[in-house]
Amino acid sequence: MSAAVIVFPGSNCDRDCKVAVERSTGQPVSMVWHQETELPKGLDLIVLPGGFSYGDYLRCGAMAVQSPVMQAVKQAAEDGVTVVGICNGFQILCEAGMLPGALLRNAGLKYVCKPIALSIANGQTRFTAGYQGQREVVMTQGNGDGNYFADADTLARLEGEGQVVFRYVENPNGSVADIAGIQNARGNVLGMMPHPDRAFEAELGSADGAILFQSIYAAA
Amino acid sequence: MSIPQKTMAELAADYGLAPNEYQVLLDRLGREPNQVELGVFSVMWSEHCSYKSSKTQLMKFPVTGERVICGPGENAGVIDIDDGDACIFKMESHNHPSYIEPYQGAATGVGGIMRDVFTMGARPVALLNALRFGDPSHEKTRRLVSGVVSGIGGYGNCVGVPTVAGETNFHAGYNGNILVNAMCVGLAKADSIFYSAAPAAGHSVVYFGSKTGRDGIHGATMASAEFDADSDEKRPTVQVGDPFAEKLLIEATLELMASGAVAAIQDMGAAGLTSSSVEMAGKGGVGIELDMDKVPQRETGMTAYEMMLSESQERMLAVLKPGREADGERIFKKWGLDAATIGVTTDTGRLVLKHHGETVCDVPLAPLFDDAPLYDRPWVQPELQPRLAPADVPAPDSWPDAVLSVLCCPDMASKRWIWEQYDRHVMADTLQDSATGADAGVVRVHGTDKGLAVTSDCTPRYVQNDPYEGGKQCVAEAWRNLTAVGSRPIAITDNLNFGNPQRPEIMGQIVRATDGMAEACRALDFPVVSGNVSLYNETNGVAIPPTPTVGAVGLLPNYDVTVGFGSMAEGDVLVLIGETVGELGASIYLREVLGREDGAPPPVDLALEKKTGDFVRDRIEAGELTCVHDLSDGGLIAAAADMALASDCGVELDATSATHAHIFLFGEDQARYLVAVPDAAALIEHAQNAGLHASVVGHARGSDFASGELFRIPLAHLREMHEAWLPAYMEGRT
Repeated sequence: MSAAVIVFPGSNCDRDCKVAVERSTGQPVSMVWHQETELPKGLDLIVLPGGFSYGDYLRCGAMAVQSPVMQAVKQAAEDGVTVVGICNGFQILCEAGMLPGALLRNAGLKYVCKPIALSIANGQTRFTAGYQGQREVVMTQGNGDGNYFADADTLARLEGEGQVVFRYVENPNGSVADIAGIQNARGNVLGMMPHPDRAFEAELGSADGAILFQSIYAAA
Repeated sequence: MSIPQKTMAELAADYGLAPNEYQVLLDRLGREPNQVELGVFSVMWSEHCSYKSSKTQLMKFPVTGERVICGPGENAGVIDIDDGDACIFKMESHNHPSYIEPYQGAATGVGGIMRDVFTMGARPVALLNALRFGDPSHEKTRRLVSGVVSGIGGYGNCVGVPTVAGETNFHAGYNGNILVNAMCVGLAKADSIFYSAAPAAGHSVVYFGSKTGRDGIHGATMASAEFDADSDEKRPTVQVGDPFAEKLLIEATLELMASGAVAAIQDMGAAGLTSSSVEMAGKGGVGIELDMDKVPQRETGMTAYEMMLSESQERMLAVLKPGREADGERIFKKWGLDAATIGVTTDTGRLVLKHHGETVCDVPLAPLFDDAPLYDRPWVQPELQPRLAPADVPAPDSWPDAVLSVLCCPDMASKRWIWEQYDRHVMADTLQDSATGADAGVVRVHGTDKGLAVTSDCTPRYVQNDPYEGGKQCVAEAWRNLTAVGSRPIAITDNLNFGNPQRPEIMGQIVRATDGMAEACRALDFPVVSGNVSLYNETNGVAIPPTPTVGAVGLLPNYDVTVGFGSMAEGDVLVLIGETVGELGASIYLREVLGREDGAPPPVDLALEKKTGDFVRDRIEAGELTCVHDLSDGGLIAAAADMALASDCGVELDATSATHAHIFLFGEDQARYLVAVPDAAALIEHAQNAGLHASVVGHARGSDFASGELFRIPLAHLREMHEAWLPAYMEGRT
């Protein structure tokens, strides 16, 4: 099993993701700089971490899509490699067209940081199978632009195809259909606003995030 | 800037130099300075940079100790936290700019304090802030709260450093001058600390980071003067922050340090390029020559004066080891930062600036330090408030109303609206933060079993009524908060916020408050390793309440032992450790229920404080206590309510043994802790054997917050009221 975290200059959860995956799975994780045009060979998992990739003074994630490494990430996803985008990583996946929809400004117009309960909307994905029927998980989130939006047709497709993976139990930001995380149609790309990378040990308040990474490794 | 048609002496006055100070400058130069030289001297001799009014007071603080690696005088203080690890921290104010332009003022305050910490080689790992706003009903308060909070969040969240603790007060005394004190805590290796003194002549001086613009010119001078009716016109002296640039700067700086290329380094904070170049050369006992044409500039046609005085953010100045310029170029290119070799260290002991082929400044460096004015300003003993006797403080007419007034007033109400805007979890090492029930923030020392506890404390109403006891109390409360989470208090940083020191009554506050702080630091073995002084917090002659904020750091050798106050369980017994005499002077009860702010604050018995705290910490380390809360604002009732809310468990307080229930429940006597334990007998016996008071004061039971016949408030209602005030206020509903 081989994993890499993509590092944009303004990523600030890159180390968190590396540590979270390593502690959850016991496997080493490499870091890939945004200027790289090729990824390490034989990757099973690519993580796009949270942060403010290029400052996000423009739309969040919009500039990151233009970085050299993203071509390689897109190609890897098309080749079936598992890709997880967390927070800013989710925004980048939407901007890159790798996931449908967009993340808008939070309904309250403010940054919101808090532990948050999520219901598992689809427990049959490679990301959630490890929860083994567990209905709810707790993670923390922190973002200003976490308000997921998709048009009605897209939403119907997401719902119909089981692409909604996580929903908020109490919607913190106005996300349509309480959506906190979605996967692509093929089921190998996940984007989510809450942070499994900040919930991988009990002393952090929750270890539920560890199961997500373990799940991916079990499926690989 | 056009050269004004003023004499140099008049210009000196405009730049904030007193006539006697200007005369010293003339004597040292042996000639009249030009505008650039005058600018350099005026900022270096400003209150902000020279500490000319406070230095004699700061000398009183203990600054050494077993764990002190570097005390005051560098960018930040450095302490030893074992195993070759060091913790670097400092608190700094950004009061004046935050009042004028709250978002940018607060944001750049956070940016500036982070730079002080990573300039010394530390990765920032925790942020705190201490905020004081005016009366909620004042027309500016709501906008200032909104701007300051989003500015702090906008900067810290983007850079990716968790904001884990803080405090917020409201008082009419801050109507004209709010206080924004930000603290940053970082981690480094004890053998890789970086200092500012340039080691020798002939080294390249490298500028890197953002370009220099015309923002913030003379910001340090602004911060050294009072406000008046035209203060809003000072907006151009406020800098604009770019947290993304700061993030790049942190990574590039730490990478440059790791490469071994750095001989000396200094961030460009207050007084920008002037203070950074002067500090590096002056501390190193060398000279420095800069070519202003090489300074990366954001705007065209900038003069040397503007470049030297600009406070554009996110800039660093480094002296590189000979032959290591290529390391710098590689790293700056990687992070996309502007960089240029703008000068060289010399053996002349002079600051020489060249611009467009001309020498625009040529002054000796020594007088900038050696002849910096130092004032032992006249002061008068502050007028002290009398101690209140029980008879002076009536019981409440309505107990339930009084309890809710104390617990839900602006100072005591939940600050969720604020801290939910701060990323408290990035770096994935946060164990305790503003949202968890604990007296201090706690972050893990990454990759180890150790933890750092951090807190910020000041009770201005105590300092106002008795600066000496109030000064002691700020230090003691910080120490107590660190103790209550099980950590061993190590050292403090202080942020002294006062009015105009040229007024003897204000100087009296400064002298006595620092006397008290120094005594507490000595008694608690709690040295001062860094600090900042913010004076002239006055508008139209009205000064702020004296506010010497204390930021403190404690070490948890094993973070597993840390405790909070959110683990109380049904059936637990509440035990109060420490003695209650009944101090209601300057209390929350007095102010919120009786509408009075008089009376002597609670005295601090420092020996008792130490004995009590050491006892509690020993019990925590022995695993005997898991639910601990210090007593402070609002006394026993506030501590018990915090515990009940954080644990989601009702409390029945027993005040029947007290002569006056309101004095017992609302008194703010110091050196006390409330703990919840399944069985009280052993603990009480243990405490009594140690010579401490300890008694059962209540039980965890049911779903009400109650005390016998006095009051019974459903916990759900208390929570709703406690949470309601700030969001309602910010939405304009109150």
